[in-house]
Amino acid sequence: MAQGMVPGMVTGHGWLERTLRVWLPVGCFLVLALFPFYWMAITSIKPNAELYNKNLMPLLVRNPTLKHYVDLLTETSFLLWTWNTMLVAVVSTAISLVLGTMLAYPLARMRFAGAGLIAMTVAAVYLVPQPLLFLPLADVINRLDLGNTLTSVILTYPTMLVPFCAWLLLGYFKTVPKELEEAARIDGAGRLQTMRQIFLPLCIPGFISAGIFAFTLSQNEFLYALIFLTKSSVRTVPVGVIAELIRGDVFYWGQLMAGALLGSIPVALIYSFFVEHYVAGLTSGSVKG
Amino acid sequence: MSIRSDPLIGVVRPPHRAASLALWLDRESVFSWLMMTLPLLFLAAFVGYPFVYGILLSLQDRPVAQPGHFVGLKNFIADYHDPIFWRVAINTFVYTAVATLLKMVGGLGLALAMNQHFRMKNLVRAVLLLPFIVPTVLSTVAWMWMLDPAFSVVNRILIGLGWPRPGPSWLGNPILAMCSIIVINTWRGLPFYGITLLAGLQTVPPELYEAATIDGASGWQRFRYVTLPLLQPIILIVTLFSVIFTFADFQLVYVLTHGGPQNATQLFATYAFDIGMGAGQLGLGASVALTMLPALALLIVALTLYLRKQ
Repeated sequence: MAQGMVPGMVTGHGWLERTLRVWLPVGCFLVLALFPFYWMAITSIKPNAELYNKNLMPLLVRNPTLKHYVDLLTETSFLLWTWNTMLVAVVSTAISLVLGTMLAYPLARMRFAGAGLIAMTVAAVYLVPQPLLFLPLADVINRLDLGNTLTSVILTYPTMLVPFCAWLLLGYFKTVPKELEEAARIDGAGRLQTMRQIFLPLCIPGFISAGIFAFTLSQNEFLYALIFLTKSSVRTVPVGVIAELIRGDVFYWGQLMAGALLGSIPVALIYSFFVEHYVAGLTSGSVKG
Repeated sequence: MSIRSDPLIGVVRPPHRAASLALWLDRESVFSWLMMTLPLLFLAAFVGYPFVYGILLSLQDRPVAQPGHFVGLKNFIADYHDPIFWRVAINTFVYTAVATLLKMVGGLGLALAMNQHFRMKNLVRAVLLLPFIVPTVLSTVAWMWMLDPAFSVVNRILIGLGWPRPGPSWLGNPILAMCSIIVINTWRGLPFYGITLLAGLQTVPPELYEAATIDGASGWQRFRYVTLPLLQPIILIVTLFSVIFTFADFQLVYVLTHGGPQNATQLFATYAFDIGMGAGQLGLGASVALTMLPALALLIVALTLYLRKQ
């Protein structure tokens, strides 16, 4: 397997060997990665008569229908949940980028007592998983009387997103050359002015990386939304799908899969636009897995 | 540079009160702490306070919507005598260890397969990351349907290949249910491993392989003595990340099995949820969640120190 890693050495081998060495393993990984999505898509367009008939070959559709999508959009609050999810994701991402920058900039550029301690704290907070905090947080949200409001999740998502953005941005900020800022300082610009007018515009790619990650993480969040949002009108897509499309022991698989697919599309779209930024952020080695 | 510019400003400007305030604000430490005040206050209020409050909760008998009273370590003693708690502990360790190992080995395989030249490589890489991008809950629902007792497509394919009907009961059998959550966690996390390790592989200078080849190293030896040692830091970081978030996993199990059958897939996070939210015993639930802390703290400190060293 390791031989394939030396580009210059793979010469004169036949197509068969190349197929075995490249396309067989890559193909296997692709099939494994994509089959659940194929199954989602194909289930969502099968009529129930086909879906629950064990005598038909399950991997193909005979009479595709959009009935499940129509039902999903008309009989449930799916569109409202989508709107809630987007709103929460956009607002908490924005908050997290701003607060994350306010942490990362001094850590990346200034020298002050306690910087090391703060950097360690931010990293440690980033690694604290939600299940450690959700019970006390639930009580805090109750006492603030924020249950069943989108504010509850907009306030709590940044607890994981701020340290995350700060950490990712800190790495990016350190790669930006200092010369322009130094020139601005010599010309008499204040620190805030230098940061806002000279430094931050140079960091757009870093903000895009951090922003996409924060956005995907908020779309993925489930635990806080499950606990804080118990009314249908304020639910996000993951909680709505789990709480309302699975009704007792009766499963509406067509609708469920339509919902799962539609709920995945916004993230997949954003991801596909910025895939290079995403991979760059991922490989900077600071992402949860 | 900024150190040199500070005295310059001091010389140029007359020492008015406003100017001295501006000077004070211009100091690196003052500017930094002022800038960081808001995010630090936020984290203190919504992470620091709940963390401390969680510890206090775990020392209380605190039914939901009622005032609690201090009971010392009674909750932890109750956990100690609870057979389900020990089941949960074993489940969590098995789940974390096996899933992490599978992700590591599979991810390395994926990275090696992807570290070759072929057409549409960027597209393939983007597509392979999809399981990692898509919200966990939604992909888990798809898996739930794939493993459905009556209409499992996996079973129908197995039966088509000659497996005796009705096929394995993926979510009904305790051992198979554990295997299922491990497989799905691996399915979701493997691309992250693979793509991160791929980035690491691409930084290995080709000259090293050439030198090793000239010295007569076989493919395996090049992998063992050149690739692996150079990848070691990345493998370590990714593994620590993965262990932390697999150990504290909630979504996948909550959606797929709710911890069943007979607590066979119950993890710390889902058990704490059941006790705290389901049964309304906030104090006892908090104590279950907190038993994750020693192992997590060890991992978090290790990773934080390692990241800092980098």
